[in-house]
Amino acid sequence: MIYTKKGVNIIGAGLSGLLAAMTLAERGIECAVYSSQPSERAQSVLAEGGINAALDTMGEKDSPDEHYNDTMKGGCYIASEDAVKGLTDNAPDMVKKLCRLGVPFNRDKGRLLLRNFGGQKKKRTAFAKSSTGKIIMTALIDEVRKYENKGLVKRYPHHELIDMTTINGRLESFAVRDSFSGEVFSVTGSTILCTGGLNGFFEGVTTGTTQNTGNAAAIAFDAGVLMSGLEFIQYHPTTIGICGKRMLISEAARGEGGRLYILRDGKPWYFMEDKYPELKNLMPRDVVSREMFFASREYGGEIFLDMTGIKDTIWEKRLSDLREEIISYIHIDPRITPVPVSPGIHFFMGGIYTDNRHKTNIDGLYAAGEAACIYHGANRLGGNSMLGAVYGGMTAALSAAETAGEIRQSKPDGNACNDHMFGSSVMIREQLRDILLSGLGIVRNENELLQSLDKLSLLEKEKNIGATDQKRIRLGKAMILSALKRKESRGAHYRMDFPETSDKYRKQSVALYHNEKIEIDFCHPGDALKEVQK
Amino acid sequence: MRSVLKILRRDRGDNRSHWQCFEYESQSESDTVAAALNSINSRNKLVDINGAPARAIEWEHSCLQKKCGACAMVINGKPCLACGTKLSELGSGCITIQPLKKFPVICDLVVDRSILFENLKRMRAWLENDPYLSEGFQDLAYESSECIQCGCCLEVCPNFYTGGSFFGMSVLPVTMRIISESAEYRELSKLYSKHIYNGCGKSLACKKICPKGIDTEKMLVNANILAVWKRKKR
Ligand SMILES: Cc1cc2nc3c(=O)[nH]c(=O)nc-3n(C[C@H](O)[C@H](O)[C@H](O)COP(=O)(O)OP(=O)(O)OC[C@H]3O[C@@H](n4cnc5c(N)ncnc54)[C@H](O)[C@@H]3O)c2cc1C
Ligand code: FES
Repeated sequence: MIYTKKGVNIIGAGLSGLLAAMTLAERGIECAVYSSQPSERAQSVLAEGGINAALDTMGEKDSPDEHYNDTMKGGCYIASEDAVKGLTDNAPDMVKKLCRLGVPFNRDKGRLLLRNFGGQKKKRTAFAKSSTGKIIMTALIDEVRKYENKGLVKRYPHHELIDMTTINGRLESFAVRDSFSGEVFSVTGSTILCTGGLNGFFEGVTTGTTQNTGNAAAIAFDAGVLMSGLEFIQYHPTTIGICGKRMLISEAARGEGGRLYILRDGKPWYFMEDKYPELKNLMPRDVVSREMFFASREYGGEIFLDMTGIKDTIWEKRLSDLREEIISYIHIDPRITPVPVSPGIHFFMGGIYTDNRHKTNIDGLYAAGEAACIYHGANRLGGNSMLGAVYGGMTAALSAAETAGEIRQSKPDGNACNDHMFGSSVMIREQLRDILLSGLGIVRNENELLQSLDKLSLLEKEKNIGATDQKRIRLGKAMILSALKRKESRGAHYRMDFPETSDKYRKQSVALYHNEKIEIDFCHPGDALKEVQK
Repeated sequence: MRSVLKILRRDRGDNRSHWQCFEYESQSESDTVAAALNSINSRNKLVDINGAPARAIEWEHSCLQKKCGACAMVINGKPCLACGTKLSELGSGCITIQPLKKFPVICDLVVDRSILFENLKRMRAWLENDPYLSEGFQDLAYESSECIQCGCCLEVCPNFYTGGSFFGMSVLPVTMRIISESAEYRELSKLYSKHIYNGCGKSLACKKICPKGIDTEKMLVNANILAVWKRKKR
């Protein structure tokens, strides 16, 4: 049946999905938003520290150009220059737009306050205490509700993407399963994938949500969607293991004065401050995590985040939720006692390859937010991800609006969903996770990567593996292969056997599943669509 | 510590429920109900306390950090978040776990909470124009934006029932914020009186139960001043 004559589908209802929906609805274009859970439960509500924009409200003479330079440098120069320019030039307007939607960012006498974040010399991160993502999401959900009421947005909030079909480089349809009724239906029309990061490949050991299973990316990869940057996985320096996940201690804690140390000869050694006198504890995350890895290898024992020097007013006005959380889950009051921390998987720079307009290699398919690989190169700067999600969601929507056309939904079928086809087994997920973890740590080498690859090939051949798990293993292999083929160290990808950065690899890796084979290539940043077509 | 989790179960499409018990050995002092459910579900060949084969327990989860509201359920008679409830605080006896009771049950501990979102739509809770964003209101705006739409407040409310004209406190934080931020809010005031003010019996059970510690009383007072007593803003 015809859903609408002119519309766009959005899969995923986090920051990027909501921004896309709002952008389309503002232009009178209908959209259907499918997500496995409502927006209120998306990973975006976890974002704590803030969103970057060179608003220059702190008298430091900041500018979008400097934001551009920091982002390119942080990403080790393999993100598309044009894309990053668009991101950083538009950042101030994006944050102003969020203000107009009612986001109560911290302000002082009319001035929007900005805080320090990693990899950036100037204060550039707008924040709402330490729950910035949640506070932004609330305002966006309210705004999208307005368009829901006008009939321009329809939310399908318990609908999981389970399949995708492409024909001759064009999106034919995708299938969603209503997890309440168990019914499956297929949908056609221009579609934006906003399904978040690949957390589910590392179940239980990331800072993200259990909802971002990574299935959407695995399904897309299997359907011929080009992926990129899969070797770049961000380990956030300051995380703590709690039940079923790693809890993040936001970079804002270091931005507001938190210091990392390890005990050396029984005395605290503030290794980041000694080694990097300029940015100290606020070096980009890849550098800090690596230094922590080396420090604990050399001196043994735990690394601590010392937040005891942060003033009470800062705790109260800017970090209140963070303190409550640390006390609640690990029973340490960070105002009084340093907290033991270690690096944990936090963000995926890699994902679905898109061009500057957020188009994928498949006609009619777009991607945005953490699902997409576009702005962050080899390492994302804190605060740039929410920015990438809002700006990317908007840009993807503007591109998709150009191809908005008829959307059809098939009749729901209660018998179409077969667990073997669409389910995924806990045992296989755990094995896949452990194999990937052993290859894709903070520090990598060829031996371990080859071993992981062999193990994945064996896993793939095990009996009774469902279709979804097959697709997941395939994408896992593409991650390992991307890391194996990048024979250098860059950003979050550090190879013990190739510790130097090499100009030869100042390129984006791309992965394509084609003729039942995984192909890995390296392309000039931003040019992959042209180069792969060749 | 060994616990027995007594869980109210229901198959999809069925309207009958039954209890089923599972044993769980805590891994640490800070193990939560969420950790227990997760661990039980990851057992190879799941069996209940009597050794009978069991289907994995369906429950909603996402953040595992008290930030998304997905895992709200009734634990030992009290609505709360599974990821914020420590087993050690529940004692060593049998722990009963049920789905929230005021919403239709889909399967096991999964309920259909669409009414939360439908009522917000009926409240017409959104901004029509640019907000005031006054600094005096910043803390309250922040606190109200923290509502996770878990539904615990509706569960304990003596006056809320699904389909009634009283929408309950889950619509209050958003509505209060929109009224406070808007220059024009006559329509919203009417809806506020009809769907919140008139139905609320001020038991304030919602304030005690809110897992985010949102002070619904403060929100009510603030909204009443503007929408009911029609005091001028700032
Ligand atoms: C703890 C934490 C703190 C962070 N802090 C910051 C910060 O301070 N600053 C910053 O810039 N960034 C931060 N980030 C990163 C940032 O929050 C995310 O990258 C960003 O919010 C991602 O938004 P998104 O729209 O891409 O996806 P998400 O918010 O992850 O949403 C994904 C959506 O896709 C849906 N989905 C997933 N799979 C499927 C499927 N198969 N079918 C249907 N729907 C599906 C989900 O239901 C969800 O609606 C943080 C991340 C974490 C985990
Ligand atoms: S899983 Fe998010 S609140 Fe419990």
